[in-house]
Amino acid sequence: MAGVLVVCEHLSGGFADITFEMLGLASSLQVGEVSAVAFGSMADRSGELGAASTVISAGCSDDFNPEEYAAAAKSAVETTSPDLVLVASTSMGYDIANPLAATLGIPLIAYCTGIEPEEGAFVCTSSLYGGKMGVTSTVPGPAVVMMLSGAHNADDGRIEGSPGVSDLGAVDTPGRVRFKQLIEPDQGDVDITQSGVLVAIGRGIGGKDDIEVAEELADLLDADMACSRPLVDAGWMPKSRQVGKSGMRVKPSLYIALGISGAPEHIEGMKDSATIIAINSDENAPIFDVADYGMAEDLFDVCEELIEELE
Amino acid sequence: MRFAVLLKWVPDLVEDLEVDDEGTGVDTEDLKFKLNEFDDHALEQALLLAGEGDEVVALTLEGDGAEKMLCTAIAKGASRGIRLTGGSSLDTAGLADSFSQALGADTYDLILTGVQSVDDRDGQLGPVLAARMGLPCVSVVSEVGLEGSTAMVAKEYSGGMVAEFEVDLPAVLGIQAASEAPRYAPVSRVRQVQQTVDLEEFAVSGTGASSGSSITGMAQPESGGGAKMLTGLDELVEVLNGLGVT
Repeated sequence: MAGVLVVCEHLSGGFADITFEMLGLASSLQVGEVSAVAFGSMADRSGELGAASTVISAGCSDDFNPEEYAAAAKSAVETTSPDLVLVASTSMGYDIANPLAATLGIPLIAYCTGIEPEEGAFVCTSSLYGGKMGVTSTVPGPAVVMMLSGAHNADDGRIEGSPGVSDLGAVDTPGRVRFKQLIEPDQGDVDITQSGVLVAIGRGIGGKDDIEVAEELADLLDADMACSRPLVDAGWMPKSRQVGKSGMRVKPSLYIALGISGAPEHIEGMKDSATIIAINSDENAPIFDVADYGMAEDLFDVCEELIEELE
Repeated sequence: MRFAVLLKWVPDLVEDLEVDDEGTGVDTEDLKFKLNEFDDHALEQALLLAGEGDEVVALTLEGDGAEKMLCTAIAKGASRGIRLTGGSSLDTAGLADSFSQALGADTYDLILTGVQSVDDRDGQLGPVLAARMGLPCVSVVSEVGLEGSTAMVAKEYSGGMVAEFEVDLPAVLGIQAASEAPRYAPVSRVRQVQQTVDLEEFAVSGTGASSGSSITGMAQPESGGGAKMLTGLDELVEVLNGLGVT
């Protein structure tokens, strides 16, 4: 059987948006039947996966386990023999898609934002080099493609229905990776997901001592401070302020990005902000693609002038 | 206990990237490269975990940057540096093939590498390597603790959620961030290592491992596609006034 198999992702008892983004994309490709593999008790909610004609129920624990979920996905591929397997380009997806393609001996395309079928092959566009290059790859089916979040509209795949459910049965694994517990994020002193205005800083801020100028601006705008990943890793900002793929997903009325280049991992966490203003000295920075307003200037010059003006 | 850390030399994204004449690659002439930042975190995590009598071995493919990466790793505290020669391909499939050969020539308890790199178009090295070597793997790891023959690792999910796993060793970890910021190696110390330490070599045999796909095009996304570009402070203040935040 040809067609597309979507590997569903869930967290905290619900399907993730990326699941519906992939289902919508799978339907639009028109390369055969769309099936979806759902893990553990999530298969009981097959009615939410109406964009698929078949839901494959993988008898796994509800909590993600790299070994178990990769083995179940492989078993689902062997059962359905799809031309294309879509997996989320997420933390969980990394540990499913890579072993899946490697053990099946089929190609994998990562960080994909778009797919076009072309004479038995798939032309995939990937966002590489921190979002600074769009790379087109041609890959023959069967192939595994990892889809970046936010590249497609989740509503296109959010279709109620009654797909047929087929049971994959229990999955046998060596049990070398054991899930222990899920830890909720520490909200820190401020919950930035509730902030109305955010001043977010990135690597362009330069050094730890230079953060002050952004803090001064945030004070004047009655905004909270946020940041991209590298500043947390450097120990300059607390984890509770991190926006992006492995940080918080924020939707403020105004997001001011200072010295943030706009890697896909960061954009995933802030693209739904009502208004985005980006200030970055690199006029080619990908952040300007998602921003409503941009200034290709030195962030310190702009901040200092703006602070003077506001005072 | 023996730790392996896999290092990769990648374009520095601070630089302006341009497409090469063939239109299928990044123009590397005059382009500055650096150690993949996630690999730097993987190295730091290994150095933090290593105790007395433990060994941290840094491995990378021969070529530009190899000596600098390995000597810097030793200057930071790694015990040995191995340069892999004869590897045919720089995509993830090729790297996994080369590294699996070198790692298979010795015994390692924990293999650490960066969770991803800026150019890993055909997949992330950690889990591909693990699948090839038949080892368990956890990616996007930001905390690691060792307890006997197992590792306790924290894997990051979206929204700041973290899952804790216990993993049997030997295992591969894709490191997102070390528990502490990567340490700095003074230039003088790196130079001293370059002058006094002999790097090891391992000859890889070509197996023709390939990604199974080809790059047919490369282009910079249109810049400023969405943003209305402002040219002065007055325009910025006007926008802020319009939004009612000033």
